[in-house]
Formats: sequence, structure tokens, C-alpha cells
Amino acid sequence: MTLWFVFALMTVAAIFAVLLPLGRGARAQIQGSEVVVYKDQLAEIERDLATGLIAAPEAEAARVEISRRLLAAAGSEPVSEPTSSLKWRRAAAVLALVGLPLVAIGIYMPLGSPLLRDFPLAQRERGAGSGMAQSLENLVVQVEQHLEKNPTDGRGWNVLAPVLERLGRFDDAVRAYRNSITYNGESAERRSDLGEAIAAAASGVVTAEAKTEFERAHTLNADDPKANYFLGLAAEQDGRKDDAANIWRALLVKAPADAPWRPLVQSSLARVGGGAATMPALSDETIAASKDMNEGDRNAMVRGMVERLATRLKQNGDDVEGWLRLVRAYLVMGDRDKAVGASGDARQAVANDAARLKQLNEGLKTLGLDG
Amino acid sequence: MIAESGHYALVLALGLALIQSIVPLIGARLRDAALMNVARSTALAQLLFVGASFVALVTLHVNSDFSVANVYENSHSMKPLLYKITGVWGNHEGSMLLWVSILALFGGLVAAFGNNLPLSLRAHVLAVQAWIASAFYLFILMTSNPFLRLVNPPIEGRDLNPVLQDIGLAVHPPMLYLGYVGFSISFSFAIAALLEGRIDAAWARWVRPWTLVAWIFLTLGIAMGSYWAYYELGWGGWWFWDPVENASLMPWLAGTALLHSALVMEKRNALKVWTILLSILTFSLSLLGTFLVRSGVITSVHAFATDPTRGVFILLILCLFIGGSLSLFAGRATSLKQGGLFAPISREGALVLNNLLLTVACAVVLFGTLYPLAMEVLADFKMSVGAPFYNLTFVPLFTLLLLAVPFGPMLAWKRGDLLGVTQRLLAAGVAGLVAVAIVWGWASGGSTLAPLAIGLGIFVIAGAVTDIVERTGLVRLPFATVLHRARGLPRSAWGTAFAHAGLGVALIGIVCETTWNSEYIATMKQNDVAHVAGYDLKLDGLFSRQGPNFREMIAEFNVSRDGEKLSVMTPSKRSFTTRGSSTTEAALLTRGASQLYVSLGDATAEGSIAVRIYHKPLVLMIWWGPVLMAFGGVLSLSDRRLRVGAPKPARAKQRLQPAE
Repeated sequence: MTLWFVFALMTVAAIFAVLLPLGRGARAQIQGSEVVVYKDQLAEIERDLATGLIAAPEAEAARVEISRRLLAAAGSEPVSEPTSSLKWRRAAAVLALVGLPLVAIGIYMPLGSPLLRDFPLAQRERGAGSGMAQSLENLVVQVEQHLEKNPTDGRGWNVLAPVLERLGRFDDAVRAYRNSITYNGESAERRSDLGEAIAAAASGVVTAEAKTEFERAHTLNADDPKANYFLGLAAEQDGRKDDAANIWRALLVKAPADAPWRPLVQSSLARVGGGAATMPALSDETIAASKDMNEGDRNAMVRGMVERLATRLKQNGDDVEGWLRLVRAYLVMGDRDKAVGASGDARQAVANDAARLKQLNEGLKTLGLDG
Repeated sequence: MIAESGHYALVLALGLALIQSIVPLIGARLRDAALMNVARSTALAQLLFVGASFVALVTLHVNSDFSVANVYENSHSMKPLLYKITGVWGNHEGSMLLWVSILALFGGLVAAFGNNLPLSLRAHVLAVQAWIASAFYLFILMTSNPFLRLVNPPIEGRDLNPVLQDIGLAVHPPMLYLGYVGFSISFSFAIAALLEGRIDAAWARWVRPWTLVAWIFLTLGIAMGSYWAYYELGWGGWWFWDPVENASLMPWLAGTALLHSALVMEKRNALKVWTILLSILTFSLSLLGTFLVRSGVITSVHAFATDPTRGVFILLILCLFIGGSLSLFAGRATSLKQGGLFAPISREGALVLNNLLLTVACAVVLFGTLYPLAMEVLADFKMSVGAPFYNLTFVPLFTLLLLAVPFGPMLAWKRGDLLGVTQRLLAAGVAGLVAVAIVWGWASGGSTLAPLAIGLGIFVIAGAVTDIVERTGLVRLPFATVLHRARGLPRSAWGTAFAHAGLGVALIGIVCETTWNSEYIATMKQNDVAHVAGYDLKLDGLFSRQGPNFREMIAEFNVSRDGEKLSVMTPSKRSFTTRGSSTTEAALLTRGASQLYVSLGDATAEGSIAVRIYHKPLVLMIWWGPVLMAFGGVLSLSDRRLRVGAPKPARAKQRLQPAE
């Protein structure tokens, strides 16, 4: 309410500024005129003559010229009969009393956000300290600020990097993994994590830079599953499907039976056409297990698609339909937290566009996620 | 609440501006003093509301309120306070708000201190001022609103472009805008005169202080911008003929011409139509500059706006105001009364020559700025017009101008005696020639033109001194009389002398810097020594340091000359994590007017670093010149008395020229 009160006060002040001169009668106004200027110029000549800056004949000529101007000005000076036109004054007053508030409200309402209070940072930090739920993003910022001051804290980078990657800030994740390697020393795991982040930053393409990291990890530990998987993926993306199949087949042979990434590798293998070749060689036991794995395959595939959608929306957040699809997907996958997070991201992304924001809010409502 | 109140204040300012652009005009038509006075109170109220809006935005930046999109995009909570404040106008939206704030400031000043103006003239001026203001308020609210909000405020901002995180941002844009926007007043006066159909010597007297204020700020703003580029960009260059620099130079050239032609108008009631046209052109060039920078037509450091709707909107404003004012001028100019007469050789004649050279120079710069754009649009062919073009065109024009500068103030009004003036300038000419001879003998290498150019600079300075000596009678008269006359001399005469001498000083700086600067570019390791222009710089080592929102690598150089230790220089490279970019902070060592300049390149893995070291002789004179000019402007502004030219009594059979 105070805001509207302030608005009202400001409007009244503005109207007052217009009405104030209108209320005054046609009193004699202080105003300059050309005659005054020329009289000053004449006085100036006398002064210059007295100080000896100009000679008498020059002064005389100047005097003649200015006097001529003075006469002309006095002649043409508008016979200022200060008229007062009551009709027009009333019109101006009405314009101020009605037009000004109308224009102000008419322009402000579609542009402003009168219901939004201020969020000065100091207040928000205090609020966070007093037990308010801290968002993941808030925590990340705090860790980042800590690392800004202590850039050699390897453990910090280690913690931060995967979180950044999950938040979709792949470029920052790459930097964090690099720092982690610099300050913690390298290991196959860190190298392949770095490679994964680089690939994620390139929308899933295993670039030459990423490949170098995986190869490095492979030399450090030939059995590192992530490095092997991505080297296979690199081979697939290069069009060497047989190489990819060989790498992944070797990986599956060495893999423990309960490795969580087995389904992913198997589906990849099936994709390059290597799956069929191995199938007959599998024991009954594995075939039985593969039914579950197929379920996992499907999940992995859906996850991959959702991830790609999320990445695309990170880059271009204008697509309301896309956001709604993403939120729906998270809900279907049973990941309600992510769904809430995504709807928050979506609101932020389209906050500047009232029409889109409305569409988004309605869509979210139908999904049962009320803003 | 601060954000929304600021937003609403801006909207109210628009409402007031709309009223101010109509009601006073009706009042002037009806001769109703009350309606005309509405202009005054609305102009002051407008200033109040825009000021409040600007203060609100500053507060939001200082408080790091990231629920405001503009703050989120351009600020960072860890930024030092100064850059939180300067960051307000370090972005498109905020800088446009600064632009209208200054516009409102000038309008408010005219309203508050315009008591010496006829009522109807003041009403007209303020109404025209309100037209401009309304257009720009609409532009801000519709296309670049700094008060838009984010529903879910992020916890941290994206930080300001690191290149702009410098003290230069605190000074350069406000100065430049005070100059650009200041010329809107002379524009408004010109349009008001055309609307009223009355224009005479008194008009020039009334416009003079406003033009002078704008000119002073523009001069300082351009000089400041040039010095900023010099130390911040790390290449030691101070003028690049970059379109954005040209955009500020063009109004300056036209404004300088306006200042001089208004002088003729004030003193002799001549050159009236031309002065009106120059007023219109100067502000039009300011608008053009705003368009070039703000529309993103030109991509450079300054073009942080690349939104086509903005460009189209500004283009529309540009067409409306330039087209409208020029049409009004074309319709009304012929009906204006012709003024005083003068001979070709006279003070007026010299000022016409000055105007001719300045406007041609301005046209050259305009051509050089727009031609590449036109080629890109029409022929899809990218090109750039650089120093060689301007060396062939701009430089000869300015050489002519500088040769003529000492003559101007010494010629008498109406009809002058060129031979007499030449005789009196003999000493200055001799001083110039002696300088040429000395430099020729002393200097080794460099262009043969350089000594001549330095001679010209000395001639200009000596000419300004001669003028003062002549007026006070320093050599002829007893000392007491001289003092008396010096005190009686109008401040504007001193102003002229200082401003003209400033030109010479800047010229000498420019010539020395471009001809005799020496550079040393190499990769240096610890304890390496570089020898540049007699100085020895030893690299003591590289250090890292943590700044508030950046990390920096500092190189420490020990500077000595002939084995004697002089100073320690610490250039650095700063990397800003939030924007993922870095800046070079050059180290400067000033010795007299010369400077030693060290900036860092990339570091290699082996602990060595690329280093650029320059020795720039007399480089500071490039900026002392404009400062002198601005000082001259201030002196002239403080000359409260009204000036009149005292024409020599007519001699028989002197052919007279019409004024225009």
C-alpha cells in the first residue's frame, strides 16, 4: 500500500507543478528584453573607453551602431499587453488534473511491476542466515566467492565442479575441474570428468580437446570406465562404428555385473550395431537380466533427451513450450525437485516478456506446479 | 519500492514533458504569461523527477538489487563502490537515463536562471527542449527501460565490462554528455527564434553562455576519453579515428564554429542565418553521435547496445528532429533580417574563414565516418577509413586554420589592416622559425615536416601571447599602466588567448609523440633489462594479487637512468572471473611532459612475459592543450559583461561585403 501512497504523492506534486503558475494572476513578470541587452552594451563601451581599451572614434562608431539596434529593438518590442485567457488556463488545468495521471498510469501499468518488492542483497543475505532455506544456487555462489579468495583450495574445486555441471554451467565446470587437477594432482577419474564436462559444453560432441583428456585418463588407468565409454563415443561420432563397438565390448567384459553404467554402454553398443553380435554369446542369466536393462536403456535414452532439451533451453530460454515439456518430463521421471527448479529457471528466462510469462504460468498450473 | 518509485518518476517526467511541449506554445501565441510560465515550473519539476529516477537507479546499483534486470546484467556485489556507481551509466539503459537527466538539468537551469530572457523566448526554448525530452523518455521507456524487474532475482550479477571498471568511466561519459546535451540548448534557442521569427544580436548574447558551457565540457570530455583510451587499452594510442571518437569530434568542430560565429552575431549583428544553421547542425551531429553509438551500427567497445528496435527508434528521432528543424529553417531563414556589413579583411572575415575551415573539416570527418557504413550497406563491402585518409584531408585543413588563428583576434572589427597585423605578428613568426631551426638541428630521424609543425605550434602560442602584449601595451607603456589595462581587459580576451595557445600546445604534443616515440616489444624473463630512450627497465619479478572482483598478475620493473634509480613501475594484467575476460593496466611514469609506458602481454609457461614499453616524448601536452582551451572557455564564461565590437570609423571607398 505504501507504494501506491508514494505514487499518489508524486502525482500530486507533478500536477501541482503545472497548476502553480496557472493560479497566479497576470502580475508583472520579471523578464529580460533586447533593450536591456543593448543598454548594457552601450555601458560597456563607456567602460572600455575609460580604461583606454578602445579609442574615441571607434567608441563613437560602435555607439552609433548599437543605438541603431536599440531603436530598432524598442520599435519592434511586442506591445506586451499581458492578456489572460481563462478558457485556455482551465483547459491546461484539466490537462494536468486528468491527462497527467492517465498518461502516467497508462504507461506505467504495462511496464512496471508494482507488486514486486525490492531485493537489496544485504537484506537477502541476512534472510538466508536466519534459517531461510538456502537454494543450491545460493550455496554455489558462496563456494565460488570462497574460491575467488582462496583459488588454491583444491577440495573446494572438487566439490564445486560436479555441482556446476549439474546446474548446466559447463564452461565453469570445465574451469573448476581444471583447477581441481592443478591443485589436487591428476587422476584418471578427474581427467575423464574434465573430458565429460568439455563434451557437455559442446552439447555432447566429444571434441578433440575432450578426447585428449580421455586419452590422458586412459593412459593413467586403462580400465577407467568413463574414459573408455567416451573414447568409444568419440569413435562413433567419427564414424568408426566398429572401433566404438570393440571399445564398448571390451568395457562390458571387464565391467562388474552391478555397475550402474552397464545399461548405458549396452544401449550404445546396440546403437552402433554391435549389440546383436554379442547377444547370442550371452548366457541365459544375462538375457534374463537384460529385460531390466532394457528398462534402464529406455530410461537412459529419455534422460539423454531431457538433458539435451535442458541444455538447449539454457542457451535460448524464450521457448515456453520447451520449458513446459522439460518440467513435464521431470515430473514423469519422478524428479519433483528438478521440475520445480526448471519452472523457476523458466520464469526467470521469460520474466521480461509479460505474454510469455502468462502462458508459462498457466501451463505450470495445469501441470500442478502452482507458482 | 525504490525501483518502482524510480520507474514511476520517469513516467511522470514524460507526462510533464508532454505538457511542457504544448501549453507554453499556446501561451506564447495568446501572450498569456501564466500559460507561458507553466514551462518554467514543469521544467523544474521534470528535473526533480528525472533526478529522483536517476538517484533511484544509483541506489539500486549500490544495494546490488538483482531483482532489477539492469543491475543484474551490469553489476556484481563484490565490485568496489565507485564502480557500482559508475556502472549505472556503463551500460546502454543507464547511460540513456544519464542523457535525459542532463537534458533535464539544462532545461531546469534555463528555467531557473533564464530571468534575463523575454518571457515568450523562454517559453519557446523550454517547449522545444521538452520535445527532445519527450522523444527520449519514450525511447527509454519503450526500448531500453532500466527499471524492468526479474521475478526470481539471481543471487549474483554478471558484472560490468572490465574495460569500463576504471576511474575514467566516472568522468568521461558525464562530461561528454554535458557537452553533447548542452548543445540542445542552442538548438532550442535556434528553433525558438525561427518559431518567433525574431533574431538579432541579443539572441546571440543569450545563447552564448550555454554554448560555451557545452563546448567546455565537450572539450574536456573528448580529451578525457582520449587519455582513458591511452592508458587503458594498453597500446599507447590516444586517437584512432574510430567512428565513436569521430562522433564526438564532429559536434566539437561544429560547436567551435558556432562559438565563433555567434561572436560575430553578438557583436556585429551579422552572420545570423549561418549561426542559426550551425546551432541546428551542432545538435544534429550530437544526435547522430548518439545514434551511431547507441544503435550498435558500429561495433566497438562503446556499442554495448545491439538491438535493432533501438536503432530504428533513434533513427526515427534523428529524422524527426534534424528533418523537422532543417525544414523549419528552410521555410523561415529567408524572412530573417540581414545584419551588419563588413570587409573581407576584418575580424568578421577571419571568423568566417574559421567557420569555413571548421565546417569543411567537420564534413571531412562526417564523410570518413559514414562512407564505410554506406559502403557496407549498399555494396556489402567492409572497409575502414583510417589515419591515412585524415592525414591527407583533415591535417591540411587544420594547418591552414592554425596559420590563421593568431591573425583573427588582432584584426579590427568591420575592416582590418592585414599588413599591420602581420608586422605585429613578426616576433611570433620569428619565434616559430627559430623553433624550426632548433628542432631541425637537434632531432634525429622522423619526418621532415615535424620541425615545421612544431614551428607552427610555437607560432600559434606566440601569437596568443602577442595579442595579450598588444592589448595591454606591455612593451610600449609603463608597467603600472600595463597592469591597469590588463585588469581592465575583458576576461573573454584572456580566454581567447588561453584557448588559442592550447591549440598550439596540443599540436606540439601530437607532433612530438607521433614522430619521436620509441617502443620496445619483447618477451622478458626475471632480471632481464630493457633499454628504451636512455632508460633502463629491469624486470624484478612477477607477482599475483587478489583484487575485490578480479585476480591480477603484476610485473615489477625497476626504472633507472644512467645508473640512477628513478622509480618502480608495476603494470598488471587483471582477469575478471565473472565475465571471463581480462584487462591490461598499463604503468605510467611521468617525467615532465613525457611519459614512460609499460604494458603487459601474455605470460608464457616458463615464467617469461611479453612486454611492451614505450617512451612518449611530450605526450602529456596533447591533453594539456584541451585543458588550456577549456580553461580559456571558463575565463570567457566568467566575463559577465556584455561584449561589443568597436568598429573602426569608416574610411572612404572601402568596399563592403554583405554579411551572408
